[in-house]
Amino acid sequence: MIAARGVTKRFGDFVALDDVSIEIPDGSLTALLGPSGSGKSTLLRIVAGLEQPDEGVVEIHGSDQTRVPPQRREIGFVFQHYAAFKHMTVHDNVAFGLTIRKQPKQRVRARVEELLGIVGLSGYAERYPSQLSGGQRQRMALARALAVEPRVLLLDEPFGALDALVRAELREWLRRLHEEVHVTTVLVTHDQEEAMAIADHLVVMDHGRIEQVGPPREIYDRPANGFVMGFLGPVARLGDRLVRPHDIVVELEPGEDAVEAQVGRVVHLGFEVRVELVLDGQDPVLVQLTRHDAEQLELAHGDIVWVRAPRLAQAAT
Amino acid sequence: MTTHALTLRRPAGRPGALALGVSTLWLSAIVLLPLAAVVVRSTDGGLEAFWNAVTSRQAVAALRFTLLVSLATAAINAAGGMLIAWVLVRDRFPGKRFVNALIDLPFALPTIVAGLTLLALYGPTSPFGINVAFTQLAVLLALLFVTLPFVVRAVQPVLIEIDREMEQAALSLGAGNRTVFLRIILPNLVPALLSGAALAFARAVGEFGSIVLISGNIPFDTQVASMYIFKQIESDNPVGAASVAVVLLVLSLVVLIGIRALGRWGARRDR
Repeated sequence: MIAARGVTKRFGDFVALDDVSIEIPDGSLTALLGPSGSGKSTLLRIVAGLEQPDEGVVEIHGSDQTRVPPQRREIGFVFQHYAAFKHMTVHDNVAFGLTIRKQPKQRVRARVEELLGIVGLSGYAERYPSQLSGGQRQRMALARALAVEPRVLLLDEPFGALDALVRAELREWLRRLHEEVHVTTVLVTHDQEEAMAIADHLVVMDHGRIEQVGPPREIYDRPANGFVMGFLGPVARLGDRLVRPHDIVVELEPGEDAVEAQVGRVVHLGFEVRVELVLDGQDPVLVQLTRHDAEQLELAHGDIVWVRAPRLAQAAT
Repeated sequence: MTTHALTLRRPAGRPGALALGVSTLWLSAIVLLPLAAVVVRSTDGGLEAFWNAVTSRQAVAALRFTLLVSLATAAINAAGGMLIAWVLVRDRFPGKRFVNALIDLPFALPTIVAGLTLLALYGPTSPFGINVAFTQLAVLLALLFVTLPFVVRAVQPVLIEIDREMEQAALSLGAGNRTVFLRIILPNLVPALLSGAALAFARAVGEFGSIVLISGNIPFDTQVASMYIFKQIESDNPVGAASVAVVLLVLSLVVLIGIRALGRWGARRDR
């Protein structure tokens, strides 16, 4: 287990982390999720030992690591911009952690070959990082971090510098890798979709504080507050309720709790249909319907419908 | 319309050829012709006279001392220059900008002034009581002074640009500070370090102004090649002067080619 207790970090006047406490269970794949400036990267770097907290304690597997330098924390760290050793071949990059530990050459070569196989870079051993694509560089960086068999794998926006297609691919790949290797992994991201797709444990942060911790679905379905709800997905306001646009119930007949609304624009986006509803005395509300539901309702501009929030909807704050 | 079209057409065709012609002429008159003249002059008395001039005991001694003291200068300033560049890039201290500006002083200062200053500081009337005037050490000191900026200014930008995350990655993989420097930082500085040292070497080989006062020009001891050439001209031996000059010329060419090769080597990895 990785634990941070009462961690505070200031950069000049800016409070990057404000009395943060958190526990990350062994073997989990945890995502630290938040907007830029929320302190998520700082928290990760403090766990790695690359930053020193002003106050508070960092524990890894029950032992206090707060004053332990990064080289003795047995962590693997992956950077957004790869931090490839550009003067070394792919083989030497991955082997770095092993060669500085003076491991026998034979063993190093075997281990590097095994790792390059895992990350799909067999046959690239003699290339230089400048001869690799961004995605390949990041996989090399992952192999390099895994080579020393770290207790914890820390990834700081690992897919942030990659284009959307490679991102999605690497995301899936990391998920599978985690199922195979099972090392406790903490990933920093500002992309809620990425966090939901990859992590089994979410930590939502804002302004140097932790807003909510839990499994992705639980946080999505039962957000602790309006910020968390808004950060995890689109939100519509219905009366005094905050609702997900796809949770709004649209009916053709008046019913209990339902409000009358007039259909505005209807946009067909393949599977999804977006309908703008004009409510009396309120801002227009955007509703997401499946194509199937939209066809059943036969909505057209100017129609009158009744809308209501689902029973578990969040109260607006 | 026609004049307009004409003025438009002109830059496309002729100035290219004109510019090429003028630059070729300029380069020939300023660089190639004098160099060729030195080479021709050195063989005025035939190849044998050239060989005899170059292998005369005094010429060999001067060339040998020049080569050794220049190598020592390049090596010492490589280490010292890197240290200064490191401090200027990585450390924070009051007066840093002033020190940074001071580095270029040896470039701006007339070399004879540098020589005069060194003589006043480390000569017979030294305020510190250190008198090294007219010794080989004095020559080394003068050369160290005038070539100081080369390595600093070559290494500084590379050190600024170096990816700090590379160092942090190495730390997270278990490397200590020494290992990070030797295995991560130094290899990335090597091309800049070598080309700075090569420039310092090339400058030291030909240096005259800062040495002329403090070396004493003692043959077989503190006489450097440039001073030897000067003396040969003074004693009306133009072939002897030109012969040694050709050796210096070849030396400079080799260093120049070496620097270009280093530049390509550095650029290849940096893409």
